Amino acid sequence: MFIINCPYCGERDHQEFKAGGEAHIERPKQPTELSDDEWAEYLFMRKNIKGVQFERWNHAHGCRKWFNMVRDTSNDQIILTYKMGEKPPAQ
Amino acid sequence: MKNKYSIFSLVKNAFSYHENWQRAWRDPEPKKEYDAVIIGGGGHGLATAYYLAKKHNMKNIAVVEKGWIGGGNTGRNTTIIRSNYLWDASAGLYDHALKIWESLSQELNYNVMFSQRGVMNLAHNLQDVRDLKRRTHANRLNGIDAVYLSTEEVKKFCPIINTSPDIRYPVLGGTLQKRAGTARHDAVAWGYARGADEMGVDIIQNCEVKGIKRNGDSVEGIETTKGFIKTKKVGVVAAGHSSVIANMAGLRLPLESKPLQALVSEPVKPIIDTVVMSNAVHAYVSQSDKGELVIGAGTDDYVSYSQKGSHQIVEGTLNAILELYPIFSRMRMLRQWGGIVDICPDASPILSKTSVKGLYFNCGWGTGGFKATPGSGDLFAHTIANDEPHKLNTAFNLNRFVSGDLVDEHGAAAVAH
Repeated sequence: MFIINCPYCGERDHQEFKAGGEAHIERPKQPTELSDDEWAEYLFMRKNIKGVQFERWNHAHGCRKWFNMVRDTSNDQIILTYKMGEKPPAQ
Repeated sequence: MKNKYSIFSLVKNAFSYHENWQRAWRDPEPKKEYDAVIIGGGGHGLATAYYLAKKHNMKNIAVVEKGWIGGGNTGRNTTIIRSNYLWDASAGLYDHALKIWESLSQELNYNVMFSQRGVMNLAHNLQDVRDLKRRTHANRLNGIDAVYLSTEEVKKFCPIINTSPDIRYPVLGGTLQKRAGTARHDAVAWGYARGADEMGVDIIQNCEVKGIKRNGDSVEGIETTKGFIKTKKVGVVAAGHSSVIANMAGLRLPLESKPLQALVSEPVKPIIDTVVMSNAVHAYVSQSDKGELVIGAGTDDYVSYSQKGSHQIVEGTLNAILELYPIFSRMRMLRQWGGIVDICPDASPILSKTSVKGLYFNCGWGTGGFKATPGSGDLFAHTIANDEPHKLNTAFNLNRFVSGDLVDEHGAAAVAH
């Protein structure tokens, strides 16, 4: 259980949020030209990092907006959250 | 040669107050080179090593484990064994495992306490009823025992279930696989370890893998906390940490690692003599031989390697348990824990070669790998020894995520994800 800082609503209980997986996976600009390998990479392959990972979260039972989060998956510590469309902080 | 466990050895050792039992496996230092190395000393990894030595005559092999054997998900699962999966490929895979379970104690000369007490899956809405009926038919076509039960038959088979029509999610029916059941999870790891060790397999504990050394497209060895080990074949059986190992080799896998929780109650007298699972409300329960209720909770929706889950997951499961079994309302829970499960997008495992020659992955078992332990080890050993999958695990290759030929078992996986 942890507190999440929604960039729009401030600190709220974790139960209000839904995790949305790895962040900054760009949708292919020209899907018709993609090979099967490239589709697999986009659709299924994930970094699944043990350590600091960039993720998308949704404030499902709140403002219902999506946002990004930097989180350490080895200890569940949230490092920072930022709005959708903002550039990820430098690593 | 190891002493055979029997009633006679038990009596003999009683005379020396059980202080002179032979140790079950050695504790060797790694050699410089092996014919194959298995990363991960859980049930699946040890079973792989056992069958590599036994069926494929590969005796110069090692299992490296970062902690102690059976200390990961092997010691954290809820020990349920069944094979009532929907698709032909899965039915083949899981029933292969179930058939090995049926004679495993004899084969290993180690009591894995396999108990065919039956597994019942409950339906709580019309879609559940349709899905479970369909799965029952599919199972029977594949030669797997399965019957569909009415609400009354569910009540008869497990009288403590609340089948009243006015609960929030009433029991509308269920399926029963009588050959299914449970086993003692630690014993499975220990039995395979003892058997593998006897055939010369080195089981190296407290040895963490730090890197995979590649020479172009093939494997040369592994870097570990106990030094470099040269080998041409590496089988990765690292469960929740599969992606971590894959990243070391420069590969990506279609996996997400998430916490899955379980809990046990205080021990009580026998009250439930089967396993009851309920997908829709997410509650499953059985009773251990010690008398504890063994309860499986769900996964969290975020990636985590912390072996802790959220409180609300446990709360949700206990809410459902209480509604289905009002008799448990005053039970106290003793322990709760989490394990990290590697989940595939199609809820089916990966037992496969990779684009790197000599590197094999056995992963993606998600929330239900324990049941497959013997079959997984057998088929993975075949894949490593022959550099080709067995016909039973051909469908579970890594390439299915490119070809689109997925094996969608979300319906048969007990934990919704």
